[in-house]
Amino acid sequence: MKLILALLLALLAAPVAAQTALPPAPWADRQIPDAAQERRARALMETIRCLTCQSQSIADSNASMAGDMRSQIRERIMAGEQPESIRAWLIARYGDWVSYEPTAAPILWPLWAAPLLLLGLGLLLLRGRIKRRRGA
Amino acid sequence: MRTIWIWLPLGLFLAFVGLFASGLFKPDDRVIHSRLVGQPLPAFTLPAAASDRPALASSDLATGKPRLLNIFASWCVPCAAEAPQLMALKQAGVAIDAIAIRDARPDVDGFLRRYGNPYARIGLDARSGVQIALGSSGVPETFVIDGRGRIAYQHIGDIRADDVPMLLARLRDAQ
Amino acid sequence: MIAETGLAALWLAAALALLQLFLAFAGLKGGKPDLLVAVRPAAVAQGVLTAIAFALLITLFLRSDMSVLLVATNSHSMKPWLYKFAGTWGNHEGSMLLWVTVMGVAGAAVALFERALRRDTHMATLGGQAAISLGFYAFLLFSSNPFARIDPAPADGQGLNPLLQDPGLAFHPPTLYLGYVGLSVAFSFAIGALLTRQVDAAFARAMRPWVLGAWVLLTLGITAGSYWAYYELGWGGWWFWDPVENASLMPWLAATALLHSVTVLATRDALRAWTVMLAVIAFSMSMVGTFLVRSGILTSVHAFAVDPTRGSFILVLLALYIGGALALFGWRIGSVREGAPFELVSRETMLVANNLLLSVILGVVLIGTLYPLMTEAFGHKVSVGAPYFDRIAGPLALALMVVLAAGPLTRWRRDRAAAVCKRLLIPAAIAILLFVSLSLLAWGRIGLLPFLGLIVAVSVGAASIAPLWKRNLLRTPLFTWGMVIAHLGCAVSLAGMACDSAFTVEKLVAARPGDTIQTAGWTLRFARIVPIAGDNWTALQADMRVDRGGAPVMIHPQSRFFASPPTTTSEAALLTRWNGQLYVVLGEEVEGGRWQIRIWWKPFVTLIWLGGVMIALGGALALVGRERRGWLLKWRARRAAA
Repeated sequence: MKLILALLLALLAAPVAAQTALPPAPWADRQIPDAAQERRARALMETIRCLTCQSQSIADSNASMAGDMRSQIRERIMAGEQPESIRAWLIARYGDWVSYEPTAAPILWPLWAAPLLLLGLGLLLLRGRIKRRRGA
Repeated sequence: MRTIWIWLPLGLFLAFVGLFASGLFKPDDRVIHSRLVGQPLPAFTLPAAASDRPALASSDLATGKPRLLNIFASWCVPCAAEAPQLMALKQAGVAIDAIAIRDARPDVDGFLRRYGNPYARIGLDARSGVQIALGSSGVPETFVIDGRGRIAYQHIGDIRADDVPMLLARLRDAQ
Repeated sequence: MIAETGLAALWLAAALALLQLFLAFAGLKGGKPDLLVAVRPAAVAQGVLTAIAFALLITLFLRSDMSVLLVATNSHSMKPWLYKFAGTWGNHEGSMLLWVTVMGVAGAAVALFERALRRDTHMATLGGQAAISLGFYAFLLFSSNPFARIDPAPADGQGLNPLLQDPGLAFHPPTLYLGYVGLSVAFSFAIGALLTRQVDAAFARAMRPWVLGAWVLLTLGITAGSYWAYYELGWGGWWFWDPVENASLMPWLAATALLHSVTVLATRDALRAWTVMLAVIAFSMSMVGTFLVRSGILTSVHAFAVDPTRGSFILVLLALYIGGALALFGWRIGSVREGAPFELVSRETMLVANNLLLSVILGVVLIGTLYPLMTEAFGHKVSVGAPYFDRIAGPLALALMVVLAAGPLTRWRRDRAAAVCKRLLIPAAIAILLFVSLSLLAWGRIGLLPFLGLIVAVSVGAASIAPLWKRNLLRTPLFTWGMVIAHLGCAVSLAGMACDSAFTVEKLVAARPGDTIQTAGWTLRFARIVPIAGDNWTALQADMRVDRGGAPVMIHPQSRFFASPPTTTSEAALLTRWNGQLYVVLGEEVEGGRWQIRIWWKPFVTLIWLGGVMIALGGALALVGRERRGWLLKWRARRAAA
C-alpha cells in the first residue's frame, strides 16, 4: 500500500548511512569469469540480508557494506569455497537473521509446516462437502 | 466439532491481535548483535591506517589486559561525535585500538588531528573484511576484548557520555 | 474559513454516521420500523459531506494555504499544480480523509442504487457501513485532523521534495485505497446478511460488483507498484516479498478468492458461510496491511512515515471490527444452512479448489510476513524472504494455474471426468511438447520453478481461451470475455515471470567512455559522461548508443544527486522491445576513469505487467457485463409488467 511513496522514501533513507568516498571493492560489481561460479555466488547473494539497509538482500543494495560482502562472497567462491559454508560462516557471526533462506533451526519448523497444516486444515473443512460418485 | 470450526477464526484473529500489540508496545530492537561475543577474536592482520600509529593484528589484542577495540571511519559522523568519550576513556587509563573501515590514510590522519587520537594501534580495513569477520554491522561499534583475546562485549552505535561508566565496568568485569 | 468549513463538514458527517447507525439499529431491533426511512438519506448526506470536506482540502492544497498545518508540512507554493493536487493524499491525514471520503461516497452509492437485497438486509448493511465509518471518523477527528491550523503561518511549505513528484505517486495510492474501501463495502454486506440471516444468492449478487470493482483496483495498484519498484530501485527486481509488498498482496489474494466464491453463491446458492468468512477476511487483510505499513512493526525497504500511536489506533479499530465480525459470525452462522454437497467433477469443486489454494497462499504469505515478529517474542531474530515465499507460494500458484485451466471447461453441477480431460487435450499436448523441447534445450540451465512456469503459462494460456472455442464471439456475454481475458492475463503474467527468471542475462562491467560492451546480442557504445542539471538535482549522465544489428538508439542512464536531503539515486535507462527490455544502470566511478555499468537483458519481462493490466481489464469487463445484464433484465421485466 502506498508503495510508491514508500519506495521514494526508501530511496531517501538508503544513503543516510553515510557512504565512503572509497571506490567499491573489486568484486562488488564484477562478475566471476566462470559462469557456474558466478551463478552460485549470485544465488547466495540473493539470500543474504544487507546489514546496513532495511529488508534488502545484498544483491539488491547500493550500500557500501553490501558491496563489500558481495566482493567477499565472490572472492571466496572463486577460492573454491562452497556457498553453504559461507552462509554458515555468516550465520555464525550475525545469527539466522542474516540469511533470507530460512535455516532448519527448530524455531523455523512451524514455518515450514505452515503450508501443509493449512492445506490439511482446508481439506478437513471440505470433508463431507464433496459427494462421492454414485456407485463408487 | 462444528462449534470449534465456527470459533476457530476468532481465536486465530485474537492471537494475531495479541502479536500485533506485543510488536507495537515492546521496545524496538533492530540491532543485530555479533554472535562472537564470548568467543575468541577471529585472527586478522591489518595494515596501519594512520601515519603515526602502528598496524593492528588480532594477536596485539591478547595482552593479558582488557582493551577496547573501536570500529570507526573518518567519513562517519557519529564516530566524530563519540570522539570525546573515547578520549575520556583513554584518560581513565583504558587501552584502545581501532579499525578504520573503508578508509584512506590521509583521511584518517585528518580525522585524528581534528577530533583527537585516543588509539594505540589502528588497522585499516579497506573492504570491511575484518568488520564482517567480527560480526559487526556498522560504524561506530566498540568491542571490549578481555586479556586472552576474547570478545567480552559489543557496544553498537556511538558511545554517549553516560555509556562511559558502563564500558569501564565491562572492562573491569573482563579482567 | 475553508479549513473550518471542512472540519465542520467532517463532524457533521460523523454525527450523521452515528445517527445512521442508531436509526438502523432502532429500526431493525428496537421495533421502530418507521425510523428506517431516514437511513438512506443519512447515508447519502454523509457521502455528500465527506466529498465536500475532501474537495475543500484539495482547494487548500491548490491555493497553498500555509496557515493549514498539513499544507505547510507537505506542500510548497512552487510545486506544479498536479503535485499540489496529488499532495492532498500523499500524507497520512490526507490519505485517511480520502479513505473516509471514498467510504462515504460508496455508502451513498449502496443507499441509492442497491435494489436486489431485501430491505432489512439493505438497512443492516448501511448500519454496518456507518459503524465502520464511525471508527475512521474518530481516527481522523481525534488523532489526525487534516484541517488543523498553524499559527503563525510559515512563509512557505516544507514539501518541495523532488523525489516525491512523480505521476505514479499521484495515482498509485488512491487506486489501492479505492480497492480497500470496496472491500469494506463487501464487509458491510456480509455483516448485514449475518444480522438478518439472509446469506443467499441475492446477497451474493449485491456484493459481487463491489468485490469485482475493488479487485480490479487492487490488481491495477499492485501492478503499478511492481513496475515502479522495478524501474526505480535499479536492480532489475520486480517483486521483493518485502513486508509492505506482502501487505498489498494479501487483500488481493483474499479478494480473488472471494470473487470466485461469490460466483458459486450467486449461481448455485452454496458456500454461504465460507463466502461470508472470506468477505470478513478480505477486509481484515486491508486493515492488517494498513496497520503493518503505518505502525512500522516490521522492517521494510519501503520505509514509511510510521507512528506507533496511529498504529495502535488502527489496531484498536481492527480488533473492534474484525473481532466483532468474527464473533457475529460465530454467533449467527450456526443458523445459516449450507447448500447441498457438490459432485466431485463440477465447476463448483474447481472453484472450491481455487479458494483452497488461494487461502493457503494467503496464509503462507501472512505467516511468513509475521514470522520474524513471532520468533522475536522468543528472542530469536530470523529473516523470511524470497527463498521461502518462492519455494512455497510458487508451486501452490502453479497448481492454482492448472485449476484455472480446468475450471472454466468444467460444467456446473456435474460433469464427466473423461469429458473434462478431452477438453483439456490440446493444452495437455502443448504442455508435453514444451516439456520435451525445453528439457532438450535448456535442462539444467534454468531453475525448476521457471521451467515449470513456462510450460504451465503456455498451456494454461491456451486452455484459458478454450471457453471461446466454437462460440459466436459477438454473442458471447461480456463477463465470459472478462473471465477469459483475466485468466489469459494470469498466464501472460506467469510467462513474463518465468522468462525473466529463466533467461535474464546480467552483465556487470567497469567501462571507460569510448568502450564498447557486448551482451545478449546487444552492442552498447559508451560515448561519454555528461553532467546535466534538472529542477532540483544535478546528474551525471551516460550517453550510450545501443543496437542489435539495426539502427542504433541513444539511451541515457543517470546517477542523480539531490542537494537537500543529500541523496544519490540511479535512474535506469529502459529500452523496450517486443521481446524484452534492456535495463541499463550507471553506477559509481571506479579507479582509472572507469564507470560501473549494470546491464540486464530481460526477455519478455514486460509480460508481467501486461498480464496484470489484462487481469484488471478482464475484471472490469466482467463488472460491466454483469451489471449491464442486470439492468437489461430489470428493464425487460418492467416493460413486460407495463
